[in-house]
Amino acid sequence: MLVLEKNALSEEIENLVGEFGKDRSALLQILQAIQGKHKYISDFAQQEVARMMDIHPVEVNSIVSFYAFLYSEPKGRYIVRLCQTISCDMSGKEEVAEAVQRELGISFGQSTKDKRITLEFTNCLGMCDQGPAMLVNEKVYTKLDPETAVNILSEIK
Amino acid sequence: MIKTETLRKKRSGPVLFSEYKQGEGVKKALELGRENILFELKSSGLKGRGGAGFPTATKWMLTAASNSDKKFIVCNADEGEPGTFKDRVLLLEYPELVFDGMIIAGYTIGAKNGILYLRGEYEYMLKSLEDYLESLRMDNLLGENIFAGKNFTFDITIRLGSGAYVCGEETALIESLEGYRGEPRNRPPYPVNTGFLGHPTVVNNVETLASVPHILIKGGDWFRTHGTDKSTGSKLFSISGDCKKPGVYELPWGTSINELLNLVEAKNTKAVQVGGASGICLPKSQFNRVLGYEDAATGGSIMIFNESRNMLKILKNFMEFFVEESCGQCTPCRIGNIKLLEGVEKIEKDDFTFSYINNLKELGRTMQAASKCGLGQSSPNSFISILDNFKDEIFGAKRKGEKNV
Repeated sequence: MLVLEKNALSEEIENLVGEFGKDRSALLQILQAIQGKHKYISDFAQQEVARMMDIHPVEVNSIVSFYAFLYSEPKGRYIVRLCQTISCDMSGKEEVAEAVQRELGISFGQSTKDKRITLEFTNCLGMCDQGPAMLVNEKVYTKLDPETAVNILSEIK
Repeated sequence: MIKTETLRKKRSGPVLFSEYKQGEGVKKALELGRENILFELKSSGLKGRGGAGFPTATKWMLTAASNSDKKFIVCNADEGEPGTFKDRVLLLEYPELVFDGMIIAGYTIGAKNGILYLRGEYEYMLKSLEDYLESLRMDNLLGENIFAGKNFTFDITIRLGSGAYVCGEETALIESLEGYRGEPRNRPPYPVNTGFLGHPTVVNNVETLASVPHILIKGGDWFRTHGTDKSTGSKLFSISGDCKKPGVYELPWGTSINELLNLVEAKNTKAVQVGGASGICLPKSQFNRVLGYEDAATGGSIMIFNESRNMLKILKNFMEFFVEESCGQCTPCRIGNIKLLEGVEKIEKDDFTFSYINNLKELGRTMQAASKCGLGQSSPNSFISILDNFKDEIFGAKRKGEKNV
């Protein structure tokens, strides 16, 4: 990471701490904001959050590692989460999964080389009556079939 | 993406899906005053709709009685149980019920702050909910001195989760709000005494809070006319799986599984999972059982499986879910779920003995008794009930083989 980039990130985190506060109860919100913008929370970012909130870096890391939607490794600009829970599974999630893997040339758990898309499975999205369902970042898509799913992913840039 | 207005016109039900105008319940609450609200709530017999079924009036009374100058009302919208999506419908289509319920709760227990803990997966509804709260503030229905002369200040903030099923457990949810890992606390002390940041806190499910305005307007006795003696009122059921009409239905407690299957036009049904992955799986012979706290209890999740489904595969899906979602804090749950999943995989490969299966069931019962929170206490339910109720399908060949020996 370049020094300039580090400085920019530090400033950004400082602003977030200013906005949400230094209290421990603000920690998850601050990390969610960093995750939302950068798609992951780097070691440096975790250390900076810890420094500015006066807690040990391992405390920050324990939060990042606990929550499924926070990452310490870089992810794609679009994180695609396909629901793997039973109702979606029974309504054809496997076919959708195979189609998008073939289309993107990656497996679930991986990101495309251009860091555009990360594929992941997730647990129940609360769309059981309209499965198969997936999230693309925070947006939800339902009643997927292999074709619609692939089309949705090819439209996002 | 989701056209709420058109959907809503189609819904009807005795309580939650009946007519309601925003603010109506709050107005009534102020007329009644704190004691009468608690009285109506108590006589309604309303119990927690998330699944645990704790009497709501008791929770509110305990918090109202404490002398603390700071109290919180938390709306639990961390709807993560597989097969449950009723809170999604309430938040998208009936936000006025949920927020009015929170305001009434705040007024009753003497809290100035309400927090809606929205699961990370539902971030797509954050904007519309924030907009809704902003419009309430503009109309002076939230904020400082909302009701002239009543000296009542109340505001609501929304906090997002980050993809952890266990945060639906109320003490784990509070840990998460405080910026910690979502690991459940020992209870007691209960949140009604020592909750968010150590202050008395009421944590209620979305549906519980949404029921309150209707109860105040029409009375606790009216609410009791629906449902059964022990399970009063109605319930939202999230129905999915093998049926023609999946979706959210409001039905009185005491409805039988058979009635429900007819309603959603399910055919050739083999099994019904009541209460989500942490619930129990019922075979055909038990479809006459009724939904209610006293019989087949559920937070609303009903999943239907027809004759073509492989029960072992379903069980595997559930156990994989629990292995992923266990917070890892206590041993029975962290290790136990892995062992149960291993067992399912061994049955799949036909590599097991019956004494091994019995040991696993015993382990399941140990988990039910020894786990720290509801996750580990209930995750063996589907393991035990599927292996018991569908043993012919799962062990069929092997059992017959044993007889021949």
